[in-house]
Amino acid sequence: MKWSDAHISEVLVIGAGLAGERVAIEAALNGHEVTILSLVPPRRSHSTAAQGGMQASLGNVAMGYGDNPDIHFEDTVKGSDWGCDQEVARLFVELAPVAVRQMSHWGVPWSRVVAGKKTLPDGTEIEDLAEKAGLIAQRQFGGTAKWRTCFAADGTGHVLQYAMDSVVTKLGVTIHDRMEAIRLIHNGQTCYGAVALCLRTGTLRPYLAKAVVIATGGYGRIYGTSTNAVINEGTGMGLALDTGVVPLGNMEAVQFHPTGIVPANILVTEGCRGDGGYLLDKNLHRFMLDYEPVKKEVASRDVVSRWMLHHIHRGFGVDSPYGPHLWLDIRHLGAEHICTNLREVQTICKNFLGCDPTESLIAVRPTQHYSMGGVRTNRDGGAYGLKGLFAAGEAACWDLHGFNRLGGNSLAETIVAGMVVGEKVADFAREQSLSFPFALVVEAVAAQQQRLDDLRSHLGGSEDVFALRRRMEETLLDKVGIFRTGPALTEAVATLEDLYQRAANLRLRSSGIGPNPELFAALRLPGMLRLALCISQGALQRTESRGSHYREDYPKRDDENWLTRTLAYWPPGAEMPELKYEPVNITTLPPGSRGYGEMAITGD
Amino acid sequence: MAERLLTFDIFRYNPATPEIPPRMQEFQLEETVGMSLFIALNRIREEQDPSLMFDFVCRAAVCGSCGMLINGRPGLACKTLTQDLGEKITLMPLPVFKLVGDLSVDTGVWFRYLNVRTEAWIHTDQVFDPKGLEERMDNPTAHRIYEAERCIECGCCIGACATANMREDFIGAAFLNRIARFLIDPRDERPAAHIFEVVGTDEGVFGCIGLMACDDLCPMEIPLQGQLAYVRRKMALVALRGK
Ligand SMILES: Cc1cc2nc3c(=O)[nH]c(=O)nc-3n(C[C@H](O)[C@H](O)[C@H](O)COP(=O)(O)OP(=O)(O)OC[C@H]3O[C@@H](n4cnc5c(N)ncnc54)[C@H](O)[C@@H]3O)c2cc1C
Ligand code: FES
Repeated sequence: MKWSDAHISEVLVIGAGLAGERVAIEAALNGHEVTILSLVPPRRSHSTAAQGGMQASLGNVAMGYGDNPDIHFEDTVKGSDWGCDQEVARLFVELAPVAVRQMSHWGVPWSRVVAGKKTLPDGTEIEDLAEKAGLIAQRQFGGTAKWRTCFAADGTGHVLQYAMDSVVTKLGVTIHDRMEAIRLIHNGQTCYGAVALCLRTGTLRPYLAKAVVIATGGYGRIYGTSTNAVINEGTGMGLALDTGVVPLGNMEAVQFHPTGIVPANILVTEGCRGDGGYLLDKNLHRFMLDYEPVKKEVASRDVVSRWMLHHIHRGFGVDSPYGPHLWLDIRHLGAEHICTNLREVQTICKNFLGCDPTESLIAVRPTQHYSMGGVRTNRDGGAYGLKGLFAAGEAACWDLHGFNRLGGNSLAETIVAGMVVGEKVADFAREQSLSFPFALVVEAVAAQQQRLDDLRSHLGGSEDVFALRRRMEETLLDKVGIFRTGPALTEAVATLEDLYQRAANLRLRSSGIGPNPELFAALRLPGMLRLALCISQGALQRTESRGSHYREDYPKRDDENWLTRTLAYWPPGAEMPELKYEPVNITTLPPGSRGYGEMAITGD
Repeated sequence: MAERLLTFDIFRYNPATPEIPPRMQEFQLEETVGMSLFIALNRIREEQDPSLMFDFVCRAAVCGSCGMLINGRPGLACKTLTQDLGEKITLMPLPVFKLVGDLSVDTGVWFRYLNVRTEAWIHTDQVFDPKGLEERMDNPTAHRIYEAERCIECGCCIGACATANMREDFIGAAFLNRIARFLIDPRDERPAAHIFEVVGTDEGVFGCIGLMACDDLCPMEIPLQGQLAYVRRKMALVALRGK
């Protein structure tokens, strides 16, 4: 390592999605020198793929009149199945409207309220008042008492990310893209930076800073079939876990979205159902009426996904070469609505299914979508266990979502957390002086260089990285999915343990020289397997059902024993995670009924 | 559908091994139903040559990562289905952009540079009031901004552009469209004249020689020709009125 390669700044943000960029903006506005690392140019981050919208209780539209932070709070806590931190939820609901409006100030072309009388697909007559005309429009999403989801036509994530990145550009924040953090530099107490791998050249570089922020998004791709972008491999959560002192929270809480299209697994937005779309079975029967007479298609995601799979198990799925699926029907919303507010859905159907949803049904099935779990932090975004390390966004377990996230609450979380955590990061960096234990940096880089050299030397080893990876993906999908049981989870843990040991024994088929994708995949695999083990082991130990975590052998929520958050640690050299638990913070809303998902799931 | 055996002719070059000159390499693959170039390239990587470099992120045609020359024509690989192509498929990296390796090019740095050069952010003296309501806007205006904002910076219009291929500094259709986006937006208080100082040159609006390849192949179907005409019209007005 040459010291001239070291890159020094005051704040290092790992991840250039909405959360990372919002943290960076706050730190930069506070006068700090900030560097952002990203696998891809910021505008290609996964945040851009969000179509549906962002929740904030503005109460601008007829079906949202009277909305306020209290109602948003209640929806969020119920959605989380009482797994969230209620102080965090409170902070979040208060700030979400500010976040939405600030994004407007920065250039987001939110769709706007058009006054007048309207008829909803179910025949309800409503009227949007003239006094609200031109304010930010809102649509319905699942699990909410009011229409609260702000949107920009069919591309909310895209316009949010572009506006956010335009501010980052304006502020002159340094961005190094195609630069992957692969190891934190720390001494067990304090974090000093990260070792990064340049994806243009395959070389290493140390990044040093007073404060380091993990904002690396979700890990969906360890499931193989996922709505997530292919870069969502969870490497950022792995960074924290690998320290041995920072835990990951609630990794068993994995969200499946009801409407991934079959077979491409691309998401079509919850807006389809929010705007009035139906789910139909092979007999074209609207089966959600049977299971959720009140909320119907717009119960929370965990509940709708479960009923869909249950209905398929009962034999009502539509057969296809890719396995059974159900239908999403939005035809009755009309071509005009579909061509504007759901155009992305239409484009996806045309590109990837060869059909037009104004005329045909859309083949859908629940698909892995979101990680509620992540780097466990306190309310300020400070990671447990390591000074100078912070986390925000989907990579963090701040814990706004508990065991189930509401649609539209994630975009809002990335920005609100970015504001809150960014300020704390700025305060921390102001009080801290820049100093590094040099030996530690040299050691950290050398250890990573050794991993690269070993793989490139092709000595020893016999395992193929792609084969092991496929096996991991299948195991999680088959055994750690929507319906879980003790025996299947036990098998999953055993398989993953075996894969983890074999992953220490990889052999590249190619040279591994330069920006070599096989080398990169080999470097990532062990960390991905550690996450897979945290998820599976957490799910096996949690003998209750809560939110997205559903145990067929323990179908009830058990507040007496399990009103807890799982903390998964990976001690140095361990072969399995060590699980600890902490109580969930309940402030004003004690555990009770969610108002949906109550009917028992019984086989027939 | 009869099963076809597809032949892929793919551009290869790894800058880390300059002693091996750029070349075309052939791969064969049995076609499967609904196969996209995303699926095909990943299979080639996993089954035949794990060193093959290419970029995909969203694999849903929304992030702009996977632009390449597909049988000579710029397009997004993730949404290109093999059933729409012949049995022989040629894949080359997008021109104009710096090559990372094989099919991967550095569009990110190029777009960032131009975002800085054209100051592609809202310029305003208004201070954000966290306690206030949002400013109002009528929905059709929001929609017009949105239409221009849909560009995903994939670089297909740049790769297809005769001027951009010849003139390194030409801002291309993507940034003419970006300029239109800020001209439409009432929140941007920049005087139009200020914008035209940057783009009223041969590297800007006047560089376009009107071949309009960009308009035909924008994967987002943004009416680039219309946007260019709009920017030129605005410019003419500014020139006439002198503001
Ligand atoms: C298809 C889809 C649609 C969605 N729609 C909605 C919606 O309508 N509403 C809603 O609220 N939520 C939605 N979500 C969820 C939401 O989009 C995400 O949770 C959110 O955008 C995550 O933002 P983030 O900033 O935390 O991470 P991301 O946007 O995923 O960004 C992660 C960043 O980290 C970088 N990175 C990762 N690892 C490393 C590393 N090791 N080193 C360096 N950089 C790294 C990446 O390059 C990237 O820049 C959707 C999700 C999906 C999959
Ligand atoms: S991978 Fe995102 S556009 Fe093709």
